[in-house]
Amino acid sequence: MLDSEEIIRPDPIPKIDSVFFWQALEDEVLMAQQCGDCSIFLHPPRPMCPNCNSLNQQKVPLSGRGRLYSWCMPQHPKIPMFHYPLITALIDLEEGIRILSNLIECDTNQITTGMALEVCFAPTKGGKKVHQFRPLCADVG
Amino acid sequence: MSKLNTAIVGIGQTEFSKKSGRSELQLACECIKSALDDAALTPADVDGMVTFTLDNSEDIDLVSSLGVDNLRFSSRVPHGGGGSCGTIAHAAAAIRSGLANTVVIWRAMNERSGYRFGQAHMNNGIQGSGSNFLEWSMPFGAVTPANWSAMNLQRYMDVYGVSNEDIAHISVTMRRHAATNPAAWFYQKPITLEEHQASKWIIEPTLRLLDCCQESDGGVALVLTSEERARDLKQKPVRVAAATQALPQAVEVVTNYYHGELSQFKEAQVTGRELFRQSGMSAKDFQVAMLYDHFTPIVLMQLEAFGFCEYGEGKDFVKGGHIGLDGSIPVNPNGGLIGEAYIHGMNNIVEGVRQIRGISVNQVNCVTNVLISAGMSGAIFSVM
Repeated sequence: MLDSEEIIRPDPIPKIDSVFFWQALEDEVLMAQQCGDCSIFLHPPRPMCPNCNSLNQQKVPLSGRGRLYSWCMPQHPKIPMFHYPLITALIDLEEGIRILSNLIECDTNQITTGMALEVCFAPTKGGKKVHQFRPLCADVG
Repeated sequence: MSKLNTAIVGIGQTEFSKKSGRSELQLACECIKSALDDAALTPADVDGMVTFTLDNSEDIDLVSSLGVDNLRFSSRVPHGGGGSCGTIAHAAAAIRSGLANTVVIWRAMNERSGYRFGQAHMNNGIQGSGSNFLEWSMPFGAVTPANWSAMNLQRYMDVYGVSNEDIAHISVTMRRHAATNPAAWFYQKPITLEEHQASKWIIEPTLRLLDCCQESDGGVALVLTSEERARDLKQKPVRVAAATQALPQAVEVVTNYYHGELSQFKEAQVTGRELFRQSGMSAKDFQVAMLYDHFTPIVLMQLEAFGFCEYGEGKDFVKGGHIGLDGSIPVNPNGGLIGEAYIHGMNNIVEGVRQIRGISVNQVNCVTNVLISAGMSGAIFSVM
């Protein structure tokens, strides 16, 4: 997002099982569920682990690094709550879970599937934050 | 007799338009009455009804409007258009078990004039029975069906080297079929590859305007009963040789991103395996395939999932004319959801019935088995 751009992005609408995820983003921490028994990561959050049916769901911070899996650019209709061009992207995170987000700070002619990305954060109209991804800087991580 | 002991004995539909000018309940009444007339049955014969969870008409209002004596069985099927063939499975379950003798399936909507699925969805209104998907897509501007689907479709296109120009052939074929179907919105309006490539981007570089299905007003209905009873009714009966829903682990309806490799259509693979298990058939046994075509690339993914061609061969398969009316597996002779209308998949299902009866305006020769797919659900229709 450019500094001059008005903040128009809508706030997320958390549900009971995912409040922790969106609250952590307000502190610029990307989190996910990890099963307290079988240790698999879960996204989107679920009350029960599909692998072992445990209800012991731990909330753990993630590395924030991943690789681009798929991307595209919505062109029509343009939604008043977003700035365009807008890239919607699926990112495969290091922990083995996939997440939908936006790819920013990247020219479309530089995008390649599998490119290394890192998390960053964008403000929403109501003072919340959401996760975004940008190309991983060489001097980070 | 098939294991389901169920046959389709009546089909009906309203006109397909962009502004019906009447209520969805009226559209439902009209298409159901039309299907009952086709079967030479009356509302008093109906004792079961099935529709979508998303349909806005209530069985109570239909029973009162049509004059049904007593509804013994009423059911709604989830998963939006992807679940459309699930209506057949529910009707068959009721008939096979004896919970109902005569089941009406309907879907009626003012999906162009009343509300548009293709526009942005910012709150928990129309959700396609897709669980929690808006929570994880809306804050990122992914708010239309085209955008949600394109995340998967673009992955498919990346993996198999499919360009937007390649998929133009699907749209051109659907519009060619619609051009000779008087019921189609795009009757007598075929398109060229050049017109496809000149249409505006909806989702770049995945979908142009002419890769997207229509938004339509209209209603479609079917009447089903047991095979024994079907033999005594007016129309040539159409056997339901197989029917299933498919909701594999980690699959979602529209933001379907969490089940691993997205370049293969997991739900359609599962649907195909189950339909082939029930019927003993495989891809070589079908003369027509009705494949859900809300966005063009999904036709390729279904052709591959059901074994009409190998993975990655879909683009050359359609370029080679295989899905045309004189091809090896004609797809959507009615013009599909792209060319005929978007009645949430149900208009493709009734075209499958017409192909088995032999009465379609775009009739394929010697049709004995039709595969019907909506990805997350499917059915096989056969001659009796």
